Amino acid sequence: MVQLSCSNIQLNFGGVRALSGVSFEVFQGEIFAIIGPNGAGKSSMLNCISGLYHPQQGKVMYEGQDVTKLPPYERTKRGIARSFQNIALFKGMSVIDNLMIGRHLHQHAGLISGGLYYGPAQAEETRHREYCEEIIEFLEIQSIRKSIVGTLAYGFQKRVELARALALEPKLLLLDEPMAGMNLEETEDMVRFILETNEARGITIIMIEHDMGVVMDISNSVCVLDFGKKIAGGTPEQVQQDPNVIKAYLGDEDLEEP
Amino acid sequence: MQIDLNDMTFPKLLKKQAATIAAGKSALRQKGLGIWQSYSWQQYADNVRTLALGLHSLGFGTGEKLAILGNNRPESLFAEIAAQSVSGIAVSLYHDSTPQEVADALGKFDVSFVIAEDQEQVDKLLDMRDRLPKLYRIVYVKKRGMRKYHDDLLVSLAAVQELGSALGDQQPELFEQLVAAGNPDDTAIICLTSGTTGAPKGAMLSHRDLITMSLAFNEADPKQERDEYVSLLPLAWFGEQLMSVAAPLIAGYTVNFPEKQETAMADLREIGPHIMLSPPKVWESIATSVRVRMMDSTPFKKFMFNTFLPIGERYADCVLTGIAPPVSLVIGRFFADLLLFRALRDRLGLSHVRSALSGGASLGSNVFRFYHAIGVNLKQLYGQTEIAGITCMHRNGDVRGTTVGSPLPGTEIRIDEHGEVLSKSAGLFKGYYGDAEATRQVLTADGWLRSGDAGHLDQHGHLTITDRINDVLTVADGSTFSAQQIENNLRFSPYISEAVVFGGSGIPLVALIGITSRVVGKWAGDNKLSYMTFADLTSRSEVIELIAGEVNRANASMPEQARIVRFAIIYKELDADEGELTRTGTVRKATIGTLYKDLIDALHEGAETVAIDTNIEFPDGKTGHIKTTVAIRTA
Repeated sequence: MVQLSCSNIQLNFGGVRALSGVSFEVFQGEIFAIIGPNGAGKSSMLNCISGLYHPQQGKVMYEGQDVTKLPPYERTKRGIARSFQNIALFKGMSVIDNLMIGRHLHQHAGLISGGLYYGPAQAEETRHREYCEEIIEFLEIQSIRKSIVGTLAYGFQKRVELARALALEPKLLLLDEPMAGMNLEETEDMVRFILETNEARGITIIMIEHDMGVVMDISNSVCVLDFGKKIAGGTPEQVQQDPNVIKAYLGDEDLEEP
Repeated sequence: MQIDLNDMTFPKLLKKQAATIAAGKSALRQKGLGIWQSYSWQQYADNVRTLALGLHSLGFGTGEKLAILGNNRPESLFAEIAAQSVSGIAVSLYHDSTPQEVADALGKFDVSFVIAEDQEQVDKLLDMRDRLPKLYRIVYVKKRGMRKYHDDLLVSLAAVQELGSALGDQQPELFEQLVAAGNPDDTAIICLTSGTTGAPKGAMLSHRDLITMSLAFNEADPKQERDEYVSLLPLAWFGEQLMSVAAPLIAGYTVNFPEKQETAMADLREIGPHIMLSPPKVWESIATSVRVRMMDSTPFKKFMFNTFLPIGERYADCVLTGIAPPVSLVIGRFFADLLLFRALRDRLGLSHVRSALSGGASLGSNVFRFYHAIGVNLKQLYGQTEIAGITCMHRNGDVRGTTVGSPLPGTEIRIDEHGEVLSKSAGLFKGYYGDAEATRQVLTADGWLRSGDAGHLDQHGHLTITDRINDVLTVADGSTFSAQQIENNLRFSPYISEAVVFGGSGIPLVALIGITSRVVGKWAGDNKLSYMTFADLTSRSEVIELIAGEVNRANASMPEQARIVRFAIIYKELDADEGELTRTGTVRKATIGTLYKDLIDALHEGAETVAIDTNIEFPDGKTGHIKTTVAIRTA
């Protein structure tokens, strides 16, 4: 089943055309990778899905509804969560508090009952804390539960970002370079978590990633962007053999010849 | 509790505890989802019952072996007692064992069933299945990551327990009948020996051995139902078997399992246990962490620490040698406790500890003194796995710094003509599994257990251990000296994590030193010393000078003939996966002697440098190449 479809997306920043005519479909439960050289428009594409940017042309359909014009928080309510390339956590707060903020969307206690922490508000807090604790166990970050995010190592911060995105209880998770800047062991852990998120929780994942080994290993389908255009798409094997992709990544052999 | 030794097994003891201890009292606790989740004694017994019946219906029966592979958790205990409930034998393995080590142990002990904690452990077993024709079922505890595994060997713990409860509904009397058939002289566990001097062997211990020992232990060091204990060390180590499985079934105290290995110290502090047993390595590392944190501390805190610790040490010296401390010292110590030690103990999770025990290897006297100085009642105990654990231990009010205490009730100690410590008690093991030759070697003709340790008894009946009988050094003037004592003395420096001393019998004493990477690395950072790798750090002249200073400090406290003449810093960290350490962190001297032969020879010859060009294997199976030059420094 198609969960998300982008058709003919065009995004301009003044005179600069960041995306032109990009279309693809993401199926329920798959891991979908967006790859491409620097400046290809990958993050812009992700921002169009999450609602941070609004494309001038084209349509983003999510679960059969047109969400092109919706602001980010509306999309989050419908089950789209994301992590950022540059970590965007509350650095002065503890890990558990960062996660609990992720649960805010699902909390309904009002100012007074929440402030008094009484009755239903207390029960609600407990329920959400339990949900967050399950994520903490899932991502194996028990030892840093109460640490202040800003004091943590980079690899841990990336993991906490994923945790917060999961706390939103998403149906579609957008990951912007989840493995960037990680060492081999951290990358292996992250891959394991992404696969587990996808398989055990049934969450569809769209990720941007530069580590080709990872992309080819774990994604079900790949979309290749270059200068704002989609130059290839399909399974990792198909994409790997596509002459356009080889050209985009390795340069054009025929360039020298007139 | 009245115990009839002629009819008592652990499953019967568990039934008794479940029937007598109040339902509100926790038997086990494990931290899950950030909260301590408890199991009452009844729940403990119920879990054992369903698991035992499940194993029974899968065909596990009398005399078969069940191996437990994973971190300490309540399920490990359920599995152990469940195996014993159907007259089977439990074998605990170290969770960080390599696949080869696991296969060796399973093969040697003819294991047919394994309880594996998670995917990681299951993978080890599946990798090695070709070598394990007797392996019949792998029961996994955590389902995570196991969805894609479809193998006839595999079954989940939950599924086995379901089988068991279905069987229990059909035949409600079956479990009681199976338990009643248990005989106290059946082997209850096969416990790995520490393996300090060779490959670990499997000591067969019966219910009677373990229960006798636990009763004697409880008499010498009484425990109460309201006591708390935190299970930090692998269950494959005999000490942990005693503290987490056997002794609680006698004394009824609560065993707590930490959430993860990384959170163990925080969990320890939350529980604030009353009793603890750890090998010296753990006590050393806690003491080191205090000293390291003090280096980083504010001037005020440093002042407090440097003022009060010596008062505590002087007080401890008096108490440990049996002298009444002068009144001024008692008053000083009162304020030191009020202003510093109390807070320090709280920080370390040792606020409530009534009985802190160290066993399994020799504890440095400096570390011992440190704990007594801060008001922790650290006691040494001594024993072997082969005699169900403990033969001697310190009693409250009779703790002496240099000894390992006096024999437990029912235990006899004798020193033979070679100076070797021999022991005998009702807890003596049934032999090594499948190794009658080794069993003969370790027992004398009249049934005494050889320890391989040299020692002597003093007029108070306390035993003092010198060293391994083969490692007792004869120094230049003909007197004997313990290498262990020198090593312990060196290791007290926060910069030194390992020290291995060679020499004696006319050959000058030399030492291989392992640096504490965390502390020396920090020292290097503070002194603006840049380095690339661990090997690079160890070869820096500044680091060598630093260590030379520490060696000289240690030398100063030793008699002339027992001083280190030359030393070299080991270029890599010692690792249990390479056999350099035992799984509980004790150095295997013989292995070090072979692996670093070139270096040791050069130390004896007094060469200036040694070129090292070697391949090492990392724990994850990758190999690395080390090429470095090790400097030899005269102390």
